[in-house]
This record gives sequence, C-alpha cells and structure tokens, in this order.
Amino acid sequence: MPTKLLTWSWLVGVLAALLLAATSQAQITSYEEKGRLNTDSHVGKLTGHAQNAAADYRRYCVGCHGELGDGNGENAPWLDPKPRDFTLGIFKCRSTPTGTLPTDQDLYDTIGRGLDRSNMPIWNTLTKQERVDLVAWVKHFSPRFQKEKPGAPIEIPAEPEVTPERVKAGQDVFARVQCWKCHGVEGMANGPSASTLTDDLNRPILPYNFTDGSRPKCGTSDQDIYRIFMTGLDGTPMPSFSDNIKPDEAWDLVFYLRTLQPHNTFNMKERQIAKQLGLKPVNPNAPAQ
Amino acid sequence: MKSQYGRKLASVLPALVLVGVGAVILSQKVNAAGGGSITGTVKLSGTAPHMKGIDMSKDPVCSKAHESSPAQMENVVVGQGDGLENVVLYISQGLTGNEAASTQEPTFDQKGCMYTPHVLALDVDQKFKVTTGDQTTHNIHPLPSPTAGNIGWNKSQPPGAPPIETSWKNEEVAIPVKCNIHPWMHGWFVVVKGPYATTDNKGSYTIQNVPAGSYTVTAWQEDLGTQTAKVTVAAGSAAKADFTFKGK
Repeated sequence: MPTKLLTWSWLVGVLAALLLAATSQAQITSYEEKGRLNTDSHVGKLTGHAQNAAADYRRYCVGCHGELGDGNGENAPWLDPKPRDFTLGIFKCRSTPTGTLPTDQDLYDTIGRGLDRSNMPIWNTLTKQERVDLVAWVKHFSPRFQKEKPGAPIEIPAEPEVTPERVKAGQDVFARVQCWKCHGVEGMANGPSASTLTDDLNRPILPYNFTDGSRPKCGTSDQDIYRIFMTGLDGTPMPSFSDNIKPDEAWDLVFYLRTLQPHNTFNMKERQIAKQLGLKPVNPNAPAQ
Repeated sequence: MKSQYGRKLASVLPALVLVGVGAVILSQKVNAAGGGSITGTVKLSGTAPHMKGIDMSKDPVCSKAHESSPAQMENVVVGQGDGLENVVLYISQGLTGNEAASTQEPTFDQKGCMYTPHVLALDVDQKFKVTTGDQTTHNIHPLPSPTAGNIGWNKSQPPGAPPIETSWKNEEVAIPVKCNIHPWMHGWFVVVKGPYATTDNKGSYTIQNVPAGSYTVTAWQEDLGTQTAKVTVAAGSAAKADFTFKGK
C-alpha cells in the first residue's frame, strides 16, 4: 500500500510540474499582451483606453474571440466564419490599402455594424465610449499596432449622379476586371472560382452574393461598396483593385453592382436604368478587352 | 627647424595610416564584389514523387495555354541527370556584411496560369516585379508568416494590368504566394540575406560574389526541406558543395 501511494504521489508530482510548465507558457503570452495595456484609440473627439475595456471584453467578446484575442474562444469550434484572430492584426473592413493596418474609425465602425452572415452581432447597444475603448483593446492584442501606423485612407471622390452611361460603363469594368470569376455574371456567388475559394488560413469561404438580400460585410452605403473593392478584404480572397480601377470608374462599378441587388429603396434608380437599357449579364467567354 | 619637421610628420602620419587602412578595406570590398563563388549540383536520389496533372478546365484561357502539353504541379521538379530544379541555396552562417547587395530586379511572371519562376529567391529589400501576360484576371496573394515581420497583401491583376513593383523587408524562408481565382497556382518567395542562387533544370547552381571566408550553405526545397554544408571560399576561387535530397 505505501509503495502504491508513493507511485501515485510521484505521478501527481510529475503532472503538477507539467501543468505548471503549460500554464507558465500561457502566462508568457498574456504577460506580453499585458505590456500593451496602455494602448489607446481615437475616434472623433473620443479617446479610448484599452484597460477600460477589459470588463466589456470579458463579458461580451471573450466567448468567441478568446482570452488572448486569438479567435479561440470556447464557442469558436461551432462558428463559421471563425472569429477574427486579433493577434495577426489583419482585418477585412478597412479604409486603408491592402497590407496596411485599419484606422481606429474602421475598427469602431466594424464593432457598431456587426458582420452580416457571421456570428458577430451589431454592438450598437454599447455606448460610443465603450466601443472606442474596445477598439483600443482589440489593438492591444497585436504587436503590429505598436510598430506600424495605420495606412492612409484611400480618397473617395464625391459621388456623381447616376446615369445610364455610368451604369453601362460600370458593367464594362465588371467584365474587364472579371468580378464574375468569383461573384458570377449575375452576382449570385456562383462564378467558376467560387467553389474553391479559401481564406488565408485555408478554410473554405464564399464570395458575396449580391442577389440574396444580405448585407455586404463591410457596409451598405455607396462609399462602403467603393471602399470594399478598392482596398480589398485582407485575410480573404477578395483582392484590392485600386491599381486597375480609376476613381471615376469605381463609381461606375458601384452603380452597376447596385443593379444586381434585389429591388430596394436605395437602388431603385440603378435598377430602373438597367431595365431601360435592357442590360444582359456579361458574357464570360468574351475575349478580354 | 627640427621640431617643426617633427610636428609636420606627426600630422601627416595619421593621415597616411588612414589612407593605407582605407585602401586595404576598399581592396577587400573589391575582392568581395569580384570575389569567390560557391558552386555545385543538387540531386534527387530514389524515385521522384509523382507530380499530379492540373485540371484547368474551369478557366478556358488557362487550359488553352496548355493544350499541347498538360500542366503539372511543380512541387518537385526533376530534370536532366536527376538534377533538382527550383532549389534555393543561400549562406545561412558566416556572412560578414561586406557582401554586395543584389541589384537586379527579377520578374515573377504569371504565364499560362502558372508562376514563372515557381520559386523566386530574393535579397532582403531587393526590388522585384510581378507581371502578367495572361488574358484572365489573377490575384497575387503572398502569405508571409505573422512572426517574420513581413506584411502580406492581396492585389488583382486583370489582363493588361501594369506590373506590381515591391520588395520584402525581412528575411523569410519562405513566403508562399497563391492566386485565389486559380487555386492550383502556388509559388514561393525565398527572402534571404546576402548572395544566393537557384538551381536550373540540371540541378546546378553558382552563388556569385562570395568574399573569402568560411560559410554554412543551406539548400531549401519546398517539399523536401533543407540541408546544410560547410564550405571555405578562397579569394577569387570557387568552392564546391553538392547536395542530395531523398525522394519520399
């Protein structure tokens, strides 16, 4: 009996040592992360402080985004798309060029807007100050925000008047840069490459379907649509088109994309024009222009 | 009179010494630029792994480019005499910092919906161009590791798009690059410090402009891993280092 007890205590000791090693490993990471607790954020006239958001994060965000902000919260295994890994500092919804950090305003907008067709709800129930504090908290997880400045937001010229010429020109841009490769000629997310798309972590991902009445993940306004294809959605297959679409052409494309969406108050004009013009979907087999 | 001469000498001597030391350093730099090299061949022993054919039928532009000879994966390319192509050789230990920076601006081309070359080696901060001649839209999507300090991006290149000119800030072996539109398109940027070389279709390589010294050379192959060898380069001459990777 005493020998058995001895073996047991020995085993328990080894286990405890292993456990200690494992937790201290985790503590190193959280220690590094705690060193960035003085991160702040600026949105409009509000200044956010990371340490003020700790309680809100623990209550509202930690279940999915996890203690360390790596997207490994306890709900994560059941979610698709997966929660964002904040430690990478890579974000979909930005006003800044591909490969650069988003502005504080961009992160603030994402929190308040939520991400349609994902488990990220609209957090406009939190006060503005709480959301600005959470922006600082989100930033403190990634060392990128210590080393780099956000990119310069792309310039969006004033929105011109919608005309039949512009809608037609927009369709030419759609054909030329081949949006249909993924989004399909009718915007139904059924282009030839749609079924094989994967995100940066090699997980399957779907292109946006313009026809099912869902909201684009990074905003619904004309300016938001403009921004989406000019900056690209980092972490996803959606690239930046800013090298190949001029600002004026970009507005044409926004107007054409509106014709693909189901009838609504915001796209009545574009849809009427498309009907008058008798616009047919682009021909995917036409030779490249 | 004598003391004056002495003072003059005292002021001229350090200058002379400086010029002398400078000349020695300069001559070393010249040696480095025109200096020695490391050369050899990389071979594969055993059976070469089967490279799957690529079905490009989803994009007629791509499949048309390979009508006469079907495209194959390029993870392990074995050429003449079992030579391994696309192996990158670089100096992993022993660099002095006197090595001349690579000034060429290589091109990473998208041709027939494949990357040419499949593996592009680069010096840190060396500029390169991403070009396309294809009549189909590509997106160029390098995916550096989050810990190496390089930042990924994702840009589209429709037919007729101008080249993208860029560089990598940090050493990283290696950065995968893919095209989401054509999921078979996969290539590598191998970013190293100092001189490097990539094997040709016979598996041979020569790392030029290596100053005299002792080095560790690393051979990197995307599927088969890395191997190292120690070499000593004498001024103005070629040191030899051959590698053999085992087929899996």
